[in-house]
Amino acid sequence: MGDLNTQMLDKYRNNFLREVEEKVDDGDWVKMCMQCGVCAGSCTFGPDWEHTPQKIFMMIRAGKREEVLTSHSMWLCTSCYNCMVRCPRKLPITHIMHGLASYAHRLGLAPKNQPTRDFSMIFWENCTKTGRVNELKMTISVYFREGFVSGIKKMWTLRNIGRGLFFAKRLNPLELFVSHGCKDKDGLRRALKKADEIEARRRGYAVQPRGYSS
Amino acid sequence: MTEVVATNQTILVVGGGISGMTAALEAAECGKQVVLVEKSPTLGGRTALLYRYFPKLCHPICGLEINLRRIKANRNIRVLTLAEVSAISGKRGDYSATVKIAPRYVNENCTACGDCAGAVAAEVPNPYNYGLDKMKAAYLPHAMAYPQRYVLDASVIGTADADKAKAACKYGAIDLEMREETITIKAGAVIWATGWQPYDAAKIQPYGYDRFANVITSLEFERLADPHGPTGGKILRPSDGKEAKNIAFIQCAGSRDENHLRHCSRICCMASLKQTQYVKEAWGEAAKSTVYYIDIRAIDRFEDFYQKVQRDPSVSFLKSKVAKVTQDKSGDVILHGVDTEGYHRYANAHDMAVLAIGMQPSVAGVDIPAEIVADSSGFIESSAAESGFFGAGCATNALDVNRAVQSSTAAALRAIQVINKVARAEA
Repeated sequence: MGDLNTQMLDKYRNNFLREVEEKVDDGDWVKMCMQCGVCAGSCTFGPDWEHTPQKIFMMIRAGKREEVLTSHSMWLCTSCYNCMVRCPRKLPITHIMHGLASYAHRLGLAPKNQPTRDFSMIFWENCTKTGRVNELKMTISVYFREGFVSGIKKMWTLRNIGRGLFFAKRLNPLELFVSHGCKDKDGLRRALKKADEIEARRRGYAVQPRGYSS
Repeated sequence: MTEVVATNQTILVVGGGISGMTAALEAAECGKQVVLVEKSPTLGGRTALLYRYFPKLCHPICGLEINLRRIKANRNIRVLTLAEVSAISGKRGDYSATVKIAPRYVNENCTACGDCAGAVAAEVPNPYNYGLDKMKAAYLPHAMAYPQRYVLDASVIGTADADKAKAACKYGAIDLEMREETITIKAGAVIWATGWQPYDAAKIQPYGYDRFANVITSLEFERLADPHGPTGGKILRPSDGKEAKNIAFIQCAGSRDENHLRHCSRICCMASLKQTQYVKEAWGEAAKSTVYYIDIRAIDRFEDFYQKVQRDPSVSFLKSKVAKVTQDKSGDVILHGVDTEGYHRYANAHDMAVLAIGMQPSVAGVDIPAEIVADSSGFIESSAAESGFFGAGCATNALDVNRAVQSSTAAALRAIQVINKVARAEA
């Protein structure tokens, strides 16, 4: 085989598709995509993001690892499931997109300061602590994500809603000090730990609780 | 009309489309006795409703005419129209089929003069134009109908229209006393040529077939282009009768889709390529066809036709499965999607969209015996070795006319072998 052939072979030798199949939830479906474009055309966010599912799947096959894993697209998915319902090959597209997002996050390649990703991390940390979401703390964390001044501004804009929630007994200021929680917090932690272990074993990850890597 | 002498050496052919006619003829011309059962009032099936064949763009009338002449000339074939097989029992070499014959209310005296149609006022949706227009309740299905005999629609029986039709007939051909008959036919082998039906386009929700008048199926488009069709062969869109010059063809409408039909319907690519030529024929320089496709499956000898259409400046190709169709105030349809060659998002307006609708096996109404094995799409697979049932044509697979005829000839040969064995055993 000539040098050029060998070079081209190396260029097209694609390990990324295999990596996705092994490591990403529902990643083994990616090869089933026939590039018809229905997902891209059906996506409610379609015009607003750079890489539609159709494009992401082709990029995976083309071995564009960096571009795929650093893409903002997976994080913009609103889980409307339009693509998944219409896919003529029944690919679980929404799940693959979430799987890719989660994998990119695990590797620390996910885009920094991506609002969906930040929100997800805040939510996860918040709800796994006590087994219940402390909405007050979570709201504050989300508002002050971009600094003190912008946090105050956001709170000011939404002050009427906050007041409404307070009078409707949906917002308890004491939650700032004492969080309510589920009955068996240890049980919850054990369940999550176990889930992490199972996932790590199946996918060959080093055990590392979700939400703490970045 | 219904006295049929059938024995264990008779071949029963179910379905009188191009496949059933072919199978019946091939067997009959080999000297076998054949009973051909067709549930509509005429032979010809869906083939008779096509404007032209691909790839030569010749008219189906030609091929049908030859076959009808063969049928008329052959004493071995008995044709039963308006007849449906309702039950079948027995085994290879010895079947017994129950056939229900619906009343036509018109007897053999009919000369197809059409006076009854002139007398009748009531109109019914015209299934021979896929419901695009209406026809008189006394009708000849189409110009090529066989038998060439009128039908009185059951909906007018008992009304004044029926009496008017009877009074108008100079030949005493209208018989309002006809009743449904049930007969039993013996047969040594049965050929199932039950054909196909278009997939229900309304089920493809994003294409809006049930919401937008200007989204039609490829079969309806055949009727629009046909001089015998509802528009006299003018390609006018249904919503406002505007001349449709800029037409979108949406491929794989229902086919190759796990949510609809999982198989490739095989004919639709060629059918749409053919139909682009209707548009060109109708409007010349002003014609504009756009084919939206996943991939064009113009196999073997059809490749030439595909290349010819590719060179045609009135036709453009867009590699994309359309995601959604909408309609604007002017009645134009807007196709939305993303193409695969460059990932460009488009929203293209067209006068009309034609869905290249998928083929579904039509087995409704027939109590299919357990002996018949169907594949995951419902097409008949080859039966077990000890069976005397054989599938033919589109009952077995999505086929074009050419391949359906081949398949039917094969089925006839298989049936003949069964009959020969029976004949030897009985001799």
